[in-house]
Amino acid sequence: MYATSYHRPSSVSEAAALLAATDEAKYVSGGMTLIPTMKQRLAAPAALVDLRHVADMKGIRIDGSRVRIGAATPHAEVAASSALRSACPAVTVLAGLIGDPHVRHMGTIGGSIANNDPAADYPALALALAATIVTDRREIAADDFFTGLFETALEAGELVTAITFDLPEKAGYAKVRNPASR
Amino acid sequence: MGIEGIGARVTRKEDKRFLTGKGRYTDDMVVPGMKYAYFIRSPHAHARILSIDTAAAQAMPGVIGILDGKQLLADGIGNLICGWMIHSKDGSPMKMGAWRPLAADTVRYVGDAVAIVVADTLGEARDAAEAVVVEYQPLDAVIEAVDALKDGAPQLHPEAANNLIFDWQIGDASSTDKAIAEAAHVTTIEIHNNRLAPNPMEPRATLGIYDGAEDHFTCYTTSQNPHVARLVMSAFYNVAPENKLRVIAPDVGGGFGSKIFIYPEEVVCLWASKKTGVPVKWTSDRTEAFLTDAHGRDHVSQVKMAFDADNRITALKVDTDANLGAYMSLFSSSVPTYLYATLLSGQYAIPAIHANVRTVYTNTAPVDAYRGAGRPEATFLLERTVETAARELGVSPAELRRINFIREFPHQTPVIMNYDAGDYEASLNAAMAAADWNGFAARKAEAAGRGKKRGIGMSCYIEACGIAPSAAVGSLGAGVGLWESAEVRVNAVGTVEVLTGSHSHGQGHETTFAQLVAERLGVPIDNVNIVHGDTDKVQMGMGTYGSRSGAVGMSAIVKALDKVEAKAKKIAAHLMEADESDIVLENGELKVAGTDKALPWFQVALAAYTAHNLPSGMEPGLKEGAFYDPSNFTFPAGCYIAEVEIDPDTGTTDIVQFVAADDFGNIINPMIVEGQVHGGIAQGIGQALLEGVHYDENGQLLTASFMDYAMPRADDLPSFKLSHQNTPCPGNPLGIKGCGEAGAIGSPPALINAITDAIGTNALTMPATPQKVWKALQSAH
Repeated sequence: MYATSYHRPSSVSEAAALLAATDEAKYVSGGMTLIPTMKQRLAAPAALVDLRHVADMKGIRIDGSRVRIGAATPHAEVAASSALRSACPAVTVLAGLIGDPHVRHMGTIGGSIANNDPAADYPALALALAATIVTDRREIAADDFFTGLFETALEAGELVTAITFDLPEKAGYAKVRNPASR
Repeated sequence: MGIEGIGARVTRKEDKRFLTGKGRYTDDMVVPGMKYAYFIRSPHAHARILSIDTAAAQAMPGVIGILDGKQLLADGIGNLICGWMIHSKDGSPMKMGAWRPLAADTVRYVGDAVAIVVADTLGEARDAAEAVVVEYQPLDAVIEAVDALKDGAPQLHPEAANNLIFDWQIGDASSTDKAIAEAAHVTTIEIHNNRLAPNPMEPRATLGIYDGAEDHFTCYTTSQNPHVARLVMSAFYNVAPENKLRVIAPDVGGGFGSKIFIYPEEVVCLWASKKTGVPVKWTSDRTEAFLTDAHGRDHVSQVKMAFDADNRITALKVDTDANLGAYMSLFSSSVPTYLYATLLSGQYAIPAIHANVRTVYTNTAPVDAYRGAGRPEATFLLERTVETAARELGVSPAELRRINFIREFPHQTPVIMNYDAGDYEASLNAAMAAADWNGFAARKAEAAGRGKKRGIGMSCYIEACGIAPSAAVGSLGAGVGLWESAEVRVNAVGTVEVLTGSHSHGQGHETTFAQLVAERLGVPIDNVNIVHGDTDKVQMGMGTYGSRSGAVGMSAIVKALDKVEAKAKKIAAHLMEADESDIVLENGELKVAGTDKALPWFQVALAAYTAHNLPSGMEPGLKEGAFYDPSNFTFPAGCYIAEVEIDPDTGTTDIVQFVAADDFGNIINPMIVEGQVHGGIAQGIGQALLEGVHYDENGQLLTASFMDYAMPRADDLPSFKLSHQNTPCPGNPLGIKGCGEAGAIGSPPALINAITDAIGTNALTMPATPQKVWKALQSAH
């Protein structure tokens, strides 16, 4: 890994300012993809802006039929949410299937959505539930958000802050795992 | 058998340190002044090196030295060698292309080492490596053996026209062709054996230390055979004469064959230590391991098996192309020849066999022995062919095998091997009973009711272990003898040290070898230490591979124990004023038979060292050494049955049952044997369902991490039903055959036979991924 600097903002605006302040800065949340990539010297951000302490980006809220999951919410918190489990168990089941316990406690839904790894679970959920991806600049329908392999509609520096969706009548989640990288 | 003797299910002595993280591996070694190495490797599968510019990198922080292949050549460090000479059928010797430890002018696979950077920290070494500018002129690459043999294919080595290393044959072509022409039925099949990455848990590592004052080298390395490493580095690579080179293989975390071979890194780190004046450590990362550890298998074969009207096999004809990668690794030539084609008779009486093997250079990692080494390839070929023949002939696969079993021993096959003992029907019967073979039809019908396709398949394997009689392998081209050595040192208080040339890297020698001593001398295994893996401690040895440590290594210990026991009896007889022939060694005491006179073991040991009262003329001390040269290979055999359920919607295979019935000869520790079988079957299931090394058409390795190379995991595996039908091996004193590779040899054909039975089409290659199975199912309907 190359040397980098680390920043810990507590608000979305502070995060955006920190990102803009350094060339080649990157947001990091759980770091489940970025940190291994940095370790392999395939990525070399000059600065890391850690999103895990931005209160507005954390937590699960169910407002009538609308669900909002903060982008910095780890998978384990989604998997363990009793409110979500009674409202839409497919979502908690999905979160509980991601990676292993370490990954679930570090990785976040925003990171998963923004990275758009074809092996990831949350992009499938976002598409199936017609979710909305909320950023610090706008709201994007899932159908428009995922544009290709590891590609999204996010602009440079744009930050996913939450995922919202309407509770479906019924939902289920089944996963065909990659036998190597499941 | 005592509670710790032969046959006892003793928990492993070494596990306390392994399970508590206290193992001492090569990467744990730290010596004063030690620095870190990073290897610059070719990103191209085939290219000329035009220039290497290290000027900017030399000036970077922490850099001690950057050395390249031209300097290595100038210092007279030799080429890496293949130690087994094979001659083509036209009499010409195999075409060994030059393998430079650091490529000087041409790179031939992605990962080929080009230069070494030594720096204060690994990070600094990597930073400097990125600043080294290597200018390449890329050349066309070729990946598959069949393509490399074609006219106009890119040429790897000037020595080897058409990339052909040798074109070798065994058996009798004319009688085989005649039997095929006259056959009532001929089964024809093409067999692919997929290329595998060995993936021991501990990646390779080495620490090279040059002591200028003594002009002496020490090499810590992840080796299965440190003495062979010293021999080869001394005799062929000009690193140092043997007395100036100590090789230590401390705790080693698995090898599966891949750590038999001498790789560039050991040689280069020793040389770099002398050049830079600092100890140099290198530890492979996982991607380097995928790129540069010798791979296994990679055969494509055309097979014809002939039958008479009574379904007896009359002939087998095999034509194999074996991909050996970019260079000939240490034992690469022996694997697709004498470790493969000599086993093509399997468990069957086949009057005529002919095999032709062409080995080929390609722009891929070198291919060499991997768990089973040739025998898995032979078994997969033979057992897939027999199963296919049974389907074509309309007879049960068990019956077809039964008709053709060898039943009298010794049995001389047409392909060199002389089987000494076995009972193949016993294992077949035991496996079929354990699998409830006769109840399969009902289980299949029940599964069909759930929408699943259920299949059953068997495999009757034989293999050759305990490699091997030195004179025999010498006559076949081996550059070394394949005996083993041992020394048994009894201390003055009666505790025992056993020095062995076998090397333990997961096999549990510290326990099983101690059990042998406990059985013979009556001392508790806690009083026995097994010393191995250091050329300064153990005089000489040939190491551990080919399931040889029990059959060969322990036989050497038996010989040394015989000498120790004889001397102890002489001393005891003298002390108790009895006749030597009346002394018996029982329960840790030397007794005068038929009397109540007895001396405890430690007292006799003490007497040997005080030397106050020894028989006239006897030397003091109680320490004996022995060399053991086997008289034959050993022949473990068995029957494996796999039962699977296929989900026709997804092509996913669920292994619902796996039965292994093995004949390993006598067993020292059943728990350790079961562990070996479990691990072997796991690797065999890995080969059959999950694993496969893939290069793209340019020679870039697509499976260079665990993200892309699927290793078997616990939840991919069923619980195994094991049993043993042991016929003792008549060829060695303990009657041992060996158990380290059987699981990996017997399991792949059983699985593919089961899957093809389930899906109703025979066209399926390994690994049988859900996608391939699903596609095969679509084409079958």
